[in-house]
Amino acid sequence: MCLALPANVLAIDTMTDMAIVSPGGVRKDVSLALVDDVRVDDFVMIPVGYAFNKLSEEAAERTLRPFAEAGLTAGEPV
Amino acid sequence: MKYIEEFRQHDLAHQLSAAISKAVKPDRSYHLMEFCGGHTHAIFRYGVQDLMPPNVKFVHGPGCPVCVLPIGRIDNAIALVERHDVILCTYGDVLRVPASGRRSLLKVKAAGADIRMVYSVRDALRIAQENPGRQVVFFAIGFETTTPPTAVAIRQAQAEGLGNFSVFCNHVLTPAAIQNILESPEVRDMGSVSIDGFFGPSHVSSIIGSRPYEFFAEEFQKPVVIAGFEPLDVMQSALMLIRQLNEGRYEVENEYTRVVTREGNTKAQSLVAEVFELRRVFEWRGLGLVPYSALRLKEAYAALDAEKRFDTPAIAASDVKGCECPSILRGVKRPVDCKLFGTVCTPENPMGSCMVSSEGACAAYWSYGRFRRPETASRETAA
Repeated sequence: MCLALPANVLAIDTMTDMAIVSPGGVRKDVSLALVDDVRVDDFVMIPVGYAFNKLSEEAAERTLRPFAEAGLTAGEPV
Repeated sequence: MKYIEEFRQHDLAHQLSAAISKAVKPDRSYHLMEFCGGHTHAIFRYGVQDLMPPNVKFVHGPGCPVCVLPIGRIDNAIALVERHDVILCTYGDVLRVPASGRRSLLKVKAAGADIRMVYSVRDALRIAQENPGRQVVFFAIGFETTTPPTAVAIRQAQAEGLGNFSVFCNHVLTPAAIQNILESPEVRDMGSVSIDGFFGPSHVSSIIGSRPYEFFAEEFQKPVVIAGFEPLDVMQSALMLIRQLNEGRYEVENEYTRVVTREGNTKAQSLVAEVFELRRVFEWRGLGLVPYSALRLKEAYAALDAEKRFDTPAIAASDVKGCECPSILRGVKRPVDCKLFGTVCTPENPMGSCMVSSEGACAAYWSYGRFRRPETASRETAA
């Protein structure tokens, strides 16, 4: 139930506060009642039919950077 | 950036593995509890344990909502459909959880009861709108992730005057459960479970933020790293925990910054606070009675509370004989220590709740762990 995949927002209906999202290529209606400022092309997490937090691309890139650095300090990959 | 493949890269996993092997001190062990079943599954599905040095061990926690639900609550739900002829709606995992007398909601459904598996509480609302002549009960379950959607639905039902909809609330709270584990005799006095640090849940934390963990990181002097659900997230978080332990720090760090902030989702938090209040005590499978660990509907929403609309007496029910779910949920035993594991208890025919869910530890061991190379497993036992 806590599991969720990131899904990108394809379209938003502001009247109903709903969005069409595409997790892994599937189209799905989700509610936007729990998030603010979502725009088309944003990525959101959708555990049980409700969009939660927007994903931050900048933070994701920042997270990936230390992975690469860990590799550098550890020498050659095994 | 698709936020999935990037965090499953093979080369980076091996580089992180090498970095972890270099970081660990050979003269100590590192017991890291992943509270959340989502992490347990990531660890098994991607073979993360085998990428760790032998002195880094994962201890599986109780963060699987159907696993910690006591059997009595499923018995209550069965009574709702059988005695009150309601349409009962719930998430898929709940249907297969064994109840008393070898029954389950799925078996009761097969016998003719109107039980519907829903993907979202919105589906339950729609079913109530479409069936004005029937009572529709949503069997609400889950940690802080699934609570805000239930709150939205309760407010919507009240706003629409949907008189035939109610909620059987079983929402539970993560920080209370972690504190209960840290205060348990096994961890505190007997030392039979060692826990050096915690992986903080991914999506629970997206709602509650990283701040609620600060209290027990400080109080119990255990580091916490909020970790994403992808394998590289788990490995990076393990490295962060190992570094904290090596340096004698016990702080809350956040690896999952692409989703989790310190404050969390304040919109969701205020909705939950408006609709729900703390129960003084709630029973958890494995943990027993845990104070202030669950939610119920506030008085203002009492008309939508299934426990007030129907009679749902507290039912004391015991687990199947031999089932080790309670010990597994506390990290005291591993699934392979259970006599029923893989013999009479399998995902197709679960005896205990931990085998049912895609978040349960036994299901993770069964689905992925049984394919581990024997030499790896024996190396781990010997260590």
